[in-house]
Amino acid sequence: MSLGGSIERVDMMKSMINYFRSLFLFELLRGLGLTGRYLFATKVTLNYPEEKAPVSPRFRGLHALRRYPNGEERCIACKLCEAVCPALAITIEAEPRDDGSRRTTRYDIDLFKCIFCGFCEESCPVDSIVETRVYEYHFENRGEQIMTKQKLLEIGDKYETQLAADRAAQAAVR
Amino acid sequence: MREIRNYTLNFGPQHPAAHGVLRLVLEMDGEVIERADPHIGLLHRGTEKLAESKPYNQSIGYMDRLDYVSMMCNEHGYVRAIEKLLGIEAPERAQYIRVMFDEITRILNHLMWLGTHALDVGAMTMFLYCFREREDLMDCYEAVSGARMHATYYRPGGVYRDLPEQMPRYESSEFVSEREAKRRNANREGSLLDFIEDFVDRFPGLVDEYETLLTDNRIWKQRTVGIGVVSPERARQLGFTGPMLRGSGIAWDLRKKQPYAVYDQVDFDIPIGTNGDCYDRYLVRVEEFRQSARIIKQCIQWLRANPGPVMLDNHKVTPPKRAEMKDDMEALIHHFKLFTEGYCPPAGEVYAAVEAPKGEFGCYIVSDGANKPYRLKIRAPGFPHMAAMDEMARGHMLADVVAIIGTMDVVFGEIDR
Repeated sequence: MSLGGSIERVDMMKSMINYFRSLFLFELLRGLGLTGRYLFATKVTLNYPEEKAPVSPRFRGLHALRRYPNGEERCIACKLCEAVCPALAITIEAEPRDDGSRRTTRYDIDLFKCIFCGFCEESCPVDSIVETRVYEYHFENRGEQIMTKQKLLEIGDKYETQLAADRAAQAAVR
Repeated sequence: MREIRNYTLNFGPQHPAAHGVLRLVLEMDGEVIERADPHIGLLHRGTEKLAESKPYNQSIGYMDRLDYVSMMCNEHGYVRAIEKLLGIEAPERAQYIRVMFDEITRILNHLMWLGTHALDVGAMTMFLYCFREREDLMDCYEAVSGARMHATYYRPGGVYRDLPEQMPRYESSEFVSEREAKRRNANREGSLLDFIEDFVDRFPGLVDEYETLLTDNRIWKQRTVGIGVVSPERARQLGFTGPMLRGSGIAWDLRKKQPYAVYDQVDFDIPIGTNGDCYDRYLVRVEEFRQSARIIKQCIQWLRANPGPVMLDNHKVTPPKRAEMKDDMEALIHHFKLFTEGYCPPAGEVYAAVEAPKGEFGCYIVSDGANKPYRLKIRAPGFPHMAAMDEMARGHMLADVVAIIGTMDVVFGEIDR
């Protein structure tokens, strides 16, 4: 009898507490307290473009064609990248050069088709086509999205130090 | 007396609460839904047909783009089907990496779901908090694969590269002081595993914060309790999987029921709901946050202790290492062969499924012995959920449709494929 009475009293206490909690907006104020604390906490946002997020050496951004240290272009027109590209974004035409070596006469990447999967870089046997860390670029006119051999080589020349360092750092795991 | 007719409302496809390109034709009686008719197909890209025209490996990248908030889980489903077809098994370290990233993906997906669901229902802050955590996990994706979302990281026979020894760091500049950069880099001093460990240590506390904002909140409860109730029997009949099924109280999880990879080696629980309403499904997913963090923690411990290969050494299926390829003629031949023709699995049919964050993601491959699939069928978890839209929304108010879309966690990449 006394046990039943105490359970009843506990139940009543609980419902009283719940009633007052609900009446005084307890859970809403707790939530407000949480957001209030964050109001004064250190911010996690970055002021892009002044501040930039870290970029991994494995990053797959804008493409580039690399050269050997002596200035000779690496690409030998084996067309593996063209064959492996899932989006069919790469077009290559090749011919023997005057000195008899096989080189590309045309190397186009359509950036609208490219899905940045990195298979071209993976397949390249001479480390020629690579994906750089560059992720900020835009086009202003129709047709500019086609990266020609000329453009790709220029990007490669510009970032060669970085590209070589990133490739060297990843050599152990590739 | 004038004739009273139902009002037909077109919801979406350009509606911020439609989660992408869902078009719902709602037949309304006042503000009550009489019939909800989902129109799908606006994001159809023909992934299944596309896969028929290219070698097996080249479709991995397209799997990322199916359910574009749980990228690596989709890859896992596809890669597992190919491995089953070829009769190969990835090395154990690769399996642990896959499980770890599957769980990271689960957290990523549930964060996205929680943020948008709460935003639809009216809680703006959740969205910001969830995306703050997503950023850290995206950094893990980027560190390991080079892409923040569409990783293309899993391969038949393992994963592409081993985990990096170093996390990319913030740099100081004229705008960022030395001290500020050091503060930001506090959890980036070590390897990727250290970074992930720091995250999973912090994460349960952050989940508590989400719960502080939502679980007891009266507005949240008014919008979700008793909305979109699905009974356990109906959930089964409708083909629900994942949290949608577990929210109705059925303890079905492929990770437990048909363990794949190394899920039988790790310790975790599967939460289930009781009422099968939006609120229970919310609680189930929040508990999955904690369980995923637990699994990741165990994977980190194992991965630290057990270095080893992450890719099979069978060069008929997996390409040789780059250094080897440049030195060895035979390796070079394998390299060329694999990147042009690929490999030819034996003729046959396989189905392999994984527990993606949204439910059972499966790939059914019919092979005729060629280097590309004869037919690829993708079992997307969102599709049966979407099909139950009418049943779940009927009799509810217009505003509840938004909560129901949110709770289903629809992503049109996988529904329309």
